[in-house]
Amino acid sequence: MPGLLKPGKYFMQGNIAIAEAALIAGCRFYAGYPITPSNEIAEWMSRRLPEVGGVFIQMEDEIGSIVAVLGASAAGVKAMTATSGPGFSLMMESIGLASMMEIPSVIVNVMRAGPSTGIPTLVGQGDIMQAKWGSHGDYEIVAYLPNSVQEAFDLTIKAFNTAERYRILTIVLADQVIGHMIGKLVVPDYSEIEIIEREKPTVPPEEYLVSDSRYLVPPMAIAGMGYRVNYDSLTHDDRGYPSVDRDVSFRLIQRLVRKIRENERKIAEWEEYETDDADLLMVAYGCTSRSVKEVVKKLRKEGFRIGLFRPKTAWPFPWWRIRELSEKVSKIVVVEINMGQMVHLVREYAARDIEIMHAPYAPGYMPDPGYIEGIVHKVYGA
Amino acid sequence: MRLLNLEKLFIPIGRLRVEPELCKGCGFCIEFCPRKILDFSEDVNSRGYHYPIIKKGLEDQCAACGMCQRICPDYAIYLEKIEKIPASKLVR
Amino acid sequence: MSSVSDRFRLREFSATALSTFYKGLEEVIRVDRMPHIFCPGCGLGIVLKGLAEAILKSGIPVEKHVGVSGIGCTGRLPGYLKIDAYHVTHGRPIAFAVGLKLANPELEVTVVGGDGDIVTIGGNHFIHAARRNHDINVIIVNNFIYGMTGGQYGATTPVGSYTTTSPYGHVEYPFNIPLLAYASGATFIARWTPIHYAQMVDTFIQMFEHKGFAVVEIIAPCVLYGERNRFPSYTDMVKYFRDRCVIDNEADLRSIGISLDPKEPLVIGVFYKVRKKTYEELYRELIERVSKGGVRE
Repeated sequence: MPGLLKPGKYFMQGNIAIAEAALIAGCRFYAGYPITPSNEIAEWMSRRLPEVGGVFIQMEDEIGSIVAVLGASAAGVKAMTATSGPGFSLMMESIGLASMMEIPSVIVNVMRAGPSTGIPTLVGQGDIMQAKWGSHGDYEIVAYLPNSVQEAFDLTIKAFNTAERYRILTIVLADQVIGHMIGKLVVPDYSEIEIIEREKPTVPPEEYLVSDSRYLVPPMAIAGMGYRVNYDSLTHDDRGYPSVDRDVSFRLIQRLVRKIRENERKIAEWEEYETDDADLLMVAYGCTSRSVKEVVKKLRKEGFRIGLFRPKTAWPFPWWRIRELSEKVSKIVVVEINMGQMVHLVREYAARDIEIMHAPYAPGYMPDPGYIEGIVHKVYGA
Repeated sequence: MRLLNLEKLFIPIGRLRVEPELCKGCGFCIEFCPRKILDFSEDVNSRGYHYPIIKKGLEDQCAACGMCQRICPDYAIYLEKIEKIPASKLVR
Repeated sequence: MSSVSDRFRLREFSATALSTFYKGLEEVIRVDRMPHIFCPGCGLGIVLKGLAEAILKSGIPVEKHVGVSGIGCTGRLPGYLKIDAYHVTHGRPIAFAVGLKLANPELEVTVVGGDGDIVTIGGNHFIHAARRNHDINVIIVNNFIYGMTGGQYGATTPVGSYTTTSPYGHVEYPFNIPLLAYASGATFIARWTPIHYAQMVDTFIQMFEHKGFAVVEIIAPCVLYGERNRFPSYTDMVKYFRDRCVIDNEADLRSIGISLDPKEPLVIGVFYKVRKKTYEELYRELIERVSKGGVRE
């Protein structure tokens, strides 16, 4: 494949790794709006996409960006946009549009300190809940949480694959530290990289149903193929025609959410470090998990039975594993750079009334290992 | 000077078809008929709209211009066929 | 009325009426969805017929035509056409169309939207897509209000009008859509009403042929505007169109704003048509330049 990042070892910025991963995954359309700290992705794509025959456009705002991404994907081209908190907020309505029309698409949200304009250049982790619940109505998305340059690369490819397989919008929730850090990236042989394409219709146009409820994920007819289908953001029946019928509404909404809910065990990913005999469980993700891992390493040497649970998908949240772990540990500490987001999920799914502490930190700053160590000692009553 | 034989001179006139249930009583066909041969019916369709009928005695006056079928927003009236009738029938 | 045999009979009648009017219309209009939801006195049924006829006459295969619409009564129109149609969120069809066209430039992309959707909430996407001269078509059916939601005012409501959110009379100045399109960079600008049916169809065909951002404004009767303003009966507004419309292709766009005053003419016509490189052409040239420069590793 001409023009793609060749297999090998690289020392690369996280944002650039995300862009190169998208190209390897087959992304050939980018529409975006400048916003710190994601601009490197747009700038890199503006340079690379013409080299591989793709299209880059900088739209008038974030809403135009995500909607153009959906248009390009509807015409059969893998497409993505990158943004940060304020732009992500503008895209909320369109997440619903992507979900209702079942158009595969990827948003990269390089999280920064908020709320509102916040601190554009510094890290935040405050968009976890918004990624799942930001739009109105019921829908399911998948959101990935990379914590290194390598994961930024791997999980971006996975984001495209998941989007194509389930015909949903997926989100890469990088944070500014991961986006801007420069680290080691190993690009494997292309034969080892799985690339998934959306399923195309196998029946002729007269027999094709755009929202076929006999499938969990119907094959997707793209524009110009001759299928002449109606894609509607209104609640629609199997033919794609708008409907206000109660059974049509219930059938559609159930299929749309079941796509992910019935596959959550296949989609959710996490990493566990020293959890086998842990008494205190730390929960952290993104850049914060790097500090926490250091603390776990250090305190294990000192004899503390401490472990780290690191979700790699915020959504679907691996609640079943939290439930299992919560039965074995006596305390859980959730460290995140926000005033309480993933901690709610941990509290909801913990099997019993164990002590669950939230350790927030100043938006803009990554808690350092010393600070986290202090928290652990406080938890142990030292 | 030759006289016209009105028995042998044939004039094309239009025969219209209306589906009262599709009509929404907007009145465009009635307003835009150049010969003003249409009017609202006395009775109404099942949704309460008066639909177009040809005025009594003007059944042969349709010029087959197609304006009604062009202007109808609901596809409720169309020019079904064109008949040729002797001019003697049309002389008023 | 809602029995299965009744619906079948009405569908058959619609198909016959359409095919008699112009052969092939019954293949491009979804007769299985007839009768449509448009109100009595609404011009959209006529625009639907005209657009279908233009698609058939355009010389472009029906499979390549794509309709994109937003929310509102006009937004329902592409759903009644047997083409690939995308009914997206309010104000956003132009951005969606940009994505479609850039991903597959062989598609003939037509945005169909109301004045509320395209130049009120969608105003930003409208002016920027016009500025870039994307090769897409935009049909704006202007009824001066937000019809679907009950008749609130929008960016094209004439000053002094009565609407559900201006019960004491509207105090805002409206947009002049042809002037807005021209100032933004559109390269094909026209305005008709549904009763100028032949001209409307001909202009739609020119619009398909035109390479560049094409804007066709259709001034349409809407009972929700007419009832509260100068046009109480269904035929009053179309009579006004018939009597007050003046075709002037050379009109100065600054002077063709709409007031719906019974003494003012309503200027219609094909006002502007130039050929300027489209965004898609410029970007393709860019890709060629880059590829000649070699692909970086």
